[in-house]
Amino acid sequence: MELIFEKSQPGRRAGRVPSYDLPVPEIPAELRRETPPRLPEVPENEIVRHFTELADRNFGIDTGFYPLGSCTMKYNPRVNERVVGLPGFRDLHPLQEDEGAQGALELMWELQEILAEVAGLPAVTLQPAAGSQGELTGLMLMRAAFADRGEHGRNVIITADTAHGTNPASVTMAGFELAKVATTDRGNLDLDDLRGKVDDRTAGLMLTNPSTLGLFDEGIEEVAEVFHSRGALLYYDGANLNAVVGRSRPGDMGFDIVHYNLHKTFSQPHGGGGPGGGPVAVRAELEPFLPAPVVVRDGDAFRLDHDRPRSIGRVRGFAGPFGVFVRSYAFMRAYGAALREMSDAAVLNANYLLARLKDVYDLPYDRLCMHEFVLSARSLKREHGVTALDVAKRLMDHGIHPPTIYFPLVVSEALMIEPTETETKERLDEFVDAMRSIAAEAATDPETLKGAPHTRPVRRLDEVKAAKEPVVRYAFEQPGAAATIESR
Amino acid sequence: MSTAGYLSLTAADRDAMLEAIGVDSIDDLFEQIPVGVRFARELDVPEALPEASLVRRLEELAARNADTSRELSFLGMGIYDHYVPAIVDTFLSRGEFLTAYTPYQPEMSQGVLQSIFEYQTAICELTAMDVSNASGYDGTTVAADACLIARHATGRSKVVLAEALSPQVRQVVKTYAPGFGMEVVEVPHDEGATDPAALGAAAQDAAAVVFQQPNVFGCLERAPALAAAAADAGALPVAHVDLASLGLLEAPGSYGCAMAIGEGQSIGNHQSYGGPHYGFLAARNEFIRRMPGRIVGETTDLEGRRGFVLTLQTREQHIRREKATSNMTTNQTLLALAGLITLCWLGPEGLRELGETCTALAAYAKERVGLPVAFDRPHFKEVAFRTPIPAREVVARAREHGVHPGYPLGRDYPGLDDVLLVAFTEKRTPADVDRLAEVLAEVCG
Repeated sequence: MELIFEKSQPGRRAGRVPSYDLPVPEIPAELRRETPPRLPEVPENEIVRHFTELADRNFGIDTGFYPLGSCTMKYNPRVNERVVGLPGFRDLHPLQEDEGAQGALELMWELQEILAEVAGLPAVTLQPAAGSQGELTGLMLMRAAFADRGEHGRNVIITADTAHGTNPASVTMAGFELAKVATTDRGNLDLDDLRGKVDDRTAGLMLTNPSTLGLFDEGIEEVAEVFHSRGALLYYDGANLNAVVGRSRPGDMGFDIVHYNLHKTFSQPHGGGGPGGGPVAVRAELEPFLPAPVVVRDGDAFRLDHDRPRSIGRVRGFAGPFGVFVRSYAFMRAYGAALREMSDAAVLNANYLLARLKDVYDLPYDRLCMHEFVLSARSLKREHGVTALDVAKRLMDHGIHPPTIYFPLVVSEALMIEPTETETKERLDEFVDAMRSIAAEAATDPETLKGAPHTRPVRRLDEVKAAKEPVVRYAFEQPGAAATIESR
Repeated sequence: MSTAGYLSLTAADRDAMLEAIGVDSIDDLFEQIPVGVRFARELDVPEALPEASLVRRLEELAARNADTSRELSFLGMGIYDHYVPAIVDTFLSRGEFLTAYTPYQPEMSQGVLQSIFEYQTAICELTAMDVSNASGYDGTTVAADACLIARHATGRSKVVLAEALSPQVRQVVKTYAPGFGMEVVEVPHDEGATDPAALGAAAQDAAAVVFQQPNVFGCLERAPALAAAAADAGALPVAHVDLASLGLLEAPGSYGCAMAIGEGQSIGNHQSYGGPHYGFLAARNEFIRRMPGRIVGETTDLEGRRGFVLTLQTREQHIRREKATSNMTTNQTLLALAGLITLCWLGPEGLRELGETCTALAAYAKERVGLPVAFDRPHFKEVAFRTPIPAREVVARAREHGVHPGYPLGRDYPGLDDVLLVAFTEKRTPADVDRLAEVLAEVCG
């Protein structure tokens, strides 16, 4: 389909901007724009058709089942979109006086309280913009805490070999060195390997629990002891928190710092890539280092506290992605203490899929899983030349979004499946049927699989070509919108 | 089973599923959690609310905020009450955009991918740059991103920030700096603008120089001179700009900047008490492989049709891990989509008119408001006025008259306690400015 720039015709337009018959001051010549930007010139109805067609070419949770492992693609309640659009939230300026933002501040304070209870840690900052920024914030908090103790030699962060790529990337961005710990064949951290790696240079551990294999670390208490006994800290990557809400709390597991992904566990819609929210909770002794400002309560009033001399500083603008807070708060209030049932259903759904698929795909870690699990297509590859990628692409023809593939890296031909709690049993059964039929098709008709998808707006795309000769913006080859303003 | 929240399973479903799994109860599924770390009590959180009650609770909270429909507001300082077209809300609520995630599977995601490609094109056009990423978190974090690109590209570890750059942007760069092994130097403003000679002197041995146009005081910087001073010292010039100004003001790429960054909120996003919004980061082509975040590229499918994919992913954390250019994963795509739709709606002429209306209102206010301007320089849409009493006091008193007159700059700039920063968007009218002038006269009188 055409780009919106290719639909542009000089002289067309959509929006009309108020003008008040006031003299427009002259911009100094050296600062004035002479060549207008080649923005599209398209009437409003054609803009609407353009983005409607683009929407039609995209697949969301509202379109169908989306078991993208590690991303927690649960139903996003529409009432949350209604309340986030209330003018009192939507049209509130972030520099409004605290006294004129009491409703917003109360919501944020209450959200902090709920998050603290869920994590079992007392102090929360809502500021980080996403999980990866929460990770970076957590590592900065570690640095500040050790600097405060005068322990400047602690410069190594340990991560699991199953970790999300964000963990090692955050370690580098925060200026730490990285060490990796192996996973046992039950999917737990290898305690012997760990004991040999934790020493006085260790700042801490970053861990997802349950891991990216969807398995709860059965030795987590010993892991925590190994770090704490050497004066190091534990960071909980909350990417998989959806498995354990009301069942187990990171603070009780021994973690000192936790981030939450509000766009996973607490249903902020993923928006085609974002926005997210990555609040961080910490133990009381780390509270002085949290980014400023934080929301505090004084009696019946709430305010932003900027006076935090030991804070690591600010990690993004204002007090955080407030619209995300409204949606997640509304989501939490729809459940109350039954947030535990949310995790129960997520874990039940994942185990049901696991039970019904493990005879046709390889299961590298044969245990009950938590909210997600990892299968492998290695037998299909060995026997029929059909890869995890082929399985993923063929699922599209069944109207299902593929799982996460080729991750975690410790599993070859990985298919990482996370159904979430909101699906019906019928949807789960449809997925099982699709996965089983694809496994059967691998034997009978592998070529159809390798050519999939067959029903999407495009066939498989050449990603190598895209990276080799990057075309990352439209080139305006045709005479189009350029210089139209002068010509009029 | 499905009584709570948004769950879907019936008791019969649950029993059938437990049987298929081969366990007796849901508790059995959680046996893998060691007994010592199981959570034994009920969560102590506020009670569950059915939807109607939930809406009522949120309405009560929203009603306790003084939003811009309840108060005549002239607040700006980085977030602005510009008009958001109706079609933005239309498409941001489309489930295909709203409820999708990062387009890892391009055949399922051509809508988002093409939208981002169009967004990248629009940002490059506005800034006169070669490449834009798919968005950063906000206008503060993209500054840290730009500094890191410059640090790697130049091998230098110092970055220079103009003091007339938003204080929040400077604070975020300083928070990130230790991890990047980076030293931050700030250059004071001189009567509301940055002196190119002072900036050039500070830029010796620097990786990057970041300045803001229009600057935090609403004044127009001599941006080409600032960029030249930075470049002469071998530092990469980075302009922090307002997209809403780029119909009227020269594009950073046209006066020698290496990168253009900023907060996108003024184009297409509601104020939303500070977020979520989108940060934009655009650069010259030579920096493409050092850029953080998602970038969409054009390619073809098996049948030769044009299509779009995430590209240059070897920069990114999920491939390169500790050697990645950034840890960024989730970004601000939906908000960037709002920006794209708004830019399409405005078109080149609308964007210019938007700038003209804002700057004309600001000029009108300079005449109407009976207070001296703090800095006698050309402006865009914000004007700093001197107040005879502390500006914070002016704000408090004016709000009693239903007018929020702006931001007291003394909160961030010692010595400017008597300076009020007033913002004018196209949603304000000359009559609104008259009302502002009247209230300021009364409370300052």
